Amino acid sequence: MLIFEHSVPERMAYAQMPAEALEADDLPVHLLRRDKPLLPEASEMDVVRHYTRLSQKNFSIDTHFYPLGSCTMKYNPRACNSLAMLPGFLNRHPFAPVQTGQGYLASMYELQEILCDVTGMAGVSLAPMAGAQGEFAGVAMIRAYHDARGDHARREIIIPTAAHGTNPATAVMCGYSVREIPTDATGNVDLAALQAAVGPQTAGLMLTNPSTLGVFEQQIQRIQKIVHDAGGLLYYDGANLNAILGRVKPGDMGFDVIHINLHKTFSTPHGGGGPGAGPVGVSTRLLPYLPIPLVAYCDGNYRLLTEADRPHSIGRLSANNGNAGVLLRAYIYARMLGAEGMHRVAEFATLNANYLLAKLRQAGFDIAFPTRRASHEFIVTLKHLKDETGVTAMDFAKRLLDYGYHAPTTYFPMLVPECLLIEPTETESMATLDGFVAAMTAILAEARSNPELVKGAPYTQPVRRLDDVKAARELDLVWRHK
Amino acid sequence: MPFIPHTDAEVEAMLAVIGAPNIDALFDEIPVELGSGKLVSVPDALNEMEITRLMHERAEQDSRQLNFIGAGAYEHHIPAAVWQIATRGEFYSAYTPYQAEASQGTLQLIYEYQTMMASLTGMDVSNASLYDGGSALAEAVLMAVRAHKNATRILMPRTVSPLYRAVVRNIVKNQHIELMELDYDPVSGTTPVPEIAVGDFAALVIPQPNFFGALEDVDALTDWAHAHGALAIGLVNPTALGLLKPPGVWGERGADMAAGDGQPLGAPLSNGGPYYGFLTCKQALVRQMPGRIVGRTLDLDGKPGFALTLQAREQHIRRSKATSNICTNQGLVVTASTIYMSLLGPTGLRRVASAAHANILQLAEQLCAIRGVTRAFRSPCFHEMVIQLNRPASAVLGELAAAGILGGYDLCADYPELGNAMLVCATETKTAADLGRYAEQLNLCMQEGSDADI
Repeated sequence: MLIFEHSVPERMAYAQMPAEALEADDLPVHLLRRDKPLLPEASEMDVVRHYTRLSQKNFSIDTHFYPLGSCTMKYNPRACNSLAMLPGFLNRHPFAPVQTGQGYLASMYELQEILCDVTGMAGVSLAPMAGAQGEFAGVAMIRAYHDARGDHARREIIIPTAAHGTNPATAVMCGYSVREIPTDATGNVDLAALQAAVGPQTAGLMLTNPSTLGVFEQQIQRIQKIVHDAGGLLYYDGANLNAILGRVKPGDMGFDVIHINLHKTFSTPHGGGGPGAGPVGVSTRLLPYLPIPLVAYCDGNYRLLTEADRPHSIGRLSANNGNAGVLLRAYIYARMLGAEGMHRVAEFATLNANYLLAKLRQAGFDIAFPTRRASHEFIVTLKHLKDETGVTAMDFAKRLLDYGYHAPTTYFPMLVPECLLIEPTETESMATLDGFVAAMTAILAEARSNPELVKGAPYTQPVRRLDDVKAARELDLVWRHK
Repeated sequence: MPFIPHTDAEVEAMLAVIGAPNIDALFDEIPVELGSGKLVSVPDALNEMEITRLMHERAEQDSRQLNFIGAGAYEHHIPAAVWQIATRGEFYSAYTPYQAEASQGTLQLIYEYQTMMASLTGMDVSNASLYDGGSALAEAVLMAVRAHKNATRILMPRTVSPLYRAVVRNIVKNQHIELMELDYDPVSGTTPVPEIAVGDFAALVIPQPNFFGALEDVDALTDWAHAHGALAIGLVNPTALGLLKPPGVWGERGADMAAGDGQPLGAPLSNGGPYYGFLTCKQALVRQMPGRIVGRTLDLDGKPGFALTLQAREQHIRRSKATSNICTNQGLVVTASTIYMSLLGPTGLRRVASAAHANILQLAEQLCAIRGVTRAFRSPCFHEMVIQLNRPASAVLGELAAAGILGGYDLCADYPELGNAMLVCATETKTAADLGRYAEQLNLCMQEGSDADI
């Protein structure tokens, strides 16, 4: 039932009504609203009950294991939420004088420092409001760098085919064309293809390392040299930074710019699809171009730097200070982990992934890159199973929901057929992983003995499999009175 | 180890299954020449008790003052239920609803949000939200250029927030889009219908209320844009739409798109974020829309359910040909906002808007009775207005802040032609006593200040 179907004309949540003000008779009549917007007319309890019940129709980390590759669904500590929502932080206006925000700014300044250390970069801006906006900032800085040198011929960004879709989409938003290069059979970048692709038109290379294939790019030093020798810059997609936290730094690999998905590595909540936060870090040569605002500390006070302080900045990407509340949660998480805790994130994420890989291999699953060590995630391919039984990766994923596990990432990266990208994260216990292996094993048996059962899944969710084609063809995007 | 459950015995058992001697061995594919990666400036860990103490100290440092700043972020009462429900683990820690069957809660909520936002703005469809108002306007501009096909110029009144204009400029500047500014009328503080020929353009942005709080002649501007073969983009404050005519019915045919910041609908000020951007449009433009969209469909048994739809527009499918690189919405803030709109309903939202408007009228009267304070523009306003002072605004704002009052937003840097001007906002959260306290303190500042100047 939709909230609108709970509506009764003239019903309201009285406690939420400000006293009735005089009618605004000074406003020109032709500018006033005549119709009543379609908002629910419901009591406070109606609304509370409706949305509480809706929440119960979701899987979430708090209720389920989410082995969702590339997404890093780890526990979101509750303290990060409750402390970021203290009234002193929540009630402060973004344009209030900086002397009224020293507590918040101190936290942001320290977060910048922590992220510089973690990434091995010379400077960090917290401004971007999501990973994709961090990518935009990063590529815009690459462009600003080349433009400032008068190097206008560099019009192309090189991207491996395994990359996230945001990489090519971002390059285009920054006015670049995209050249894709293949991956070799072991999951590394095809060096010969890279060598053939670079030239005076190369603005940069965007790379995820460990890659979306769940393996560490072993030839990173040679890649770095090929791109830099050609005059291009090296972009690090920080989607998988959690795999190397405190183990190796992107700056030490030779990267010039990086974005960090705080909702992955620093465990800020995914919130059903945001808000995220995508800080960017840069090497010395890109420092002048960092997006504003930046937090500076001088004469005992923290303040925000703007265009006036940073004339070469690519500018602001949000009207205010980015997703400040998300950044606070990441700061609190970082302080609770400390240096030692961060080292352990990478260690235990990697331990859990390799354990799960070994157990699934024992259970008869095909591993996409069997000769490689898994990073924090790995790929299972169901190609043979599909050929044998007709059961696809999507069917398998939906059946997992019936067993109480969120599905792994399916059909990404696109270059492995019928793939499941599996990332357990460091916060799951051995017992949870064993339970997941048992479910996977059971579904494998079902696929062979009763494939139709798997193809019809799920059976236990609020709805069965949905008709996506109908959804796109007969668009129904808003509710209307019947 | 914070948030890691493993016992030593389990670690040993797991390593045995893997066949590795220790955890370090799992990193053996990372070339040793890349360095140790050891963290040098990350401080030692704090436990929950210690971090609680630290953050309480910091939050108290940022203690609350009486706030009259708006300028795009507005202080409103947020019902207690809003964030209590939004931060339930099932909303807070859920992933993007790609697995629709396991995400019906989030998906239905977004469908309800789309319905409310489309209706509030008078449009046919809404997406699931963008980052914030500024970036939503940038996406609306890109969408207009895609839809228009022939022109790449956008007309941008100077009465659009200077911060929004900067964001749009920074986001679209590498895509050969020209932003042409339109000046405002110095008497009314609103954008006159241009009389000069401006050549082809893809869209006109129409802010309502505008950055000065003043109400634009939206009907005439919309019709003018349409008469020139361009689209009209309404940039609106959603609270104001409880009272004001929605963009969908501006002029003869209605604006084509509406965008803005959803913050006033249930998001706390929170140092500037997270907020969310909304974007709604007429049906004909839906396939140009960036961002996630939820649709209602049927399951295998014919039962209604919800799923992300039109994904062929998006980066994970279309890659370099996507409508945008956006890969998220502001899910949790939209969750809060949907609950906020449900609790207020049409009557509550209208009352919030009316109460805020009544407060700014009262405040205007009191402030303008002070010697040296005048109202800059003669137009009707919503809940914000520009006042001009006979002393530097920065000095006055500093003195007010010292007395615990955040008096407004200094306009000198962005609008030097207005002299000592500031933007003052009053919402429904202000009582008569609050307004009186502001007026009294400003009166003191103006009199003492002018004495000091002598």
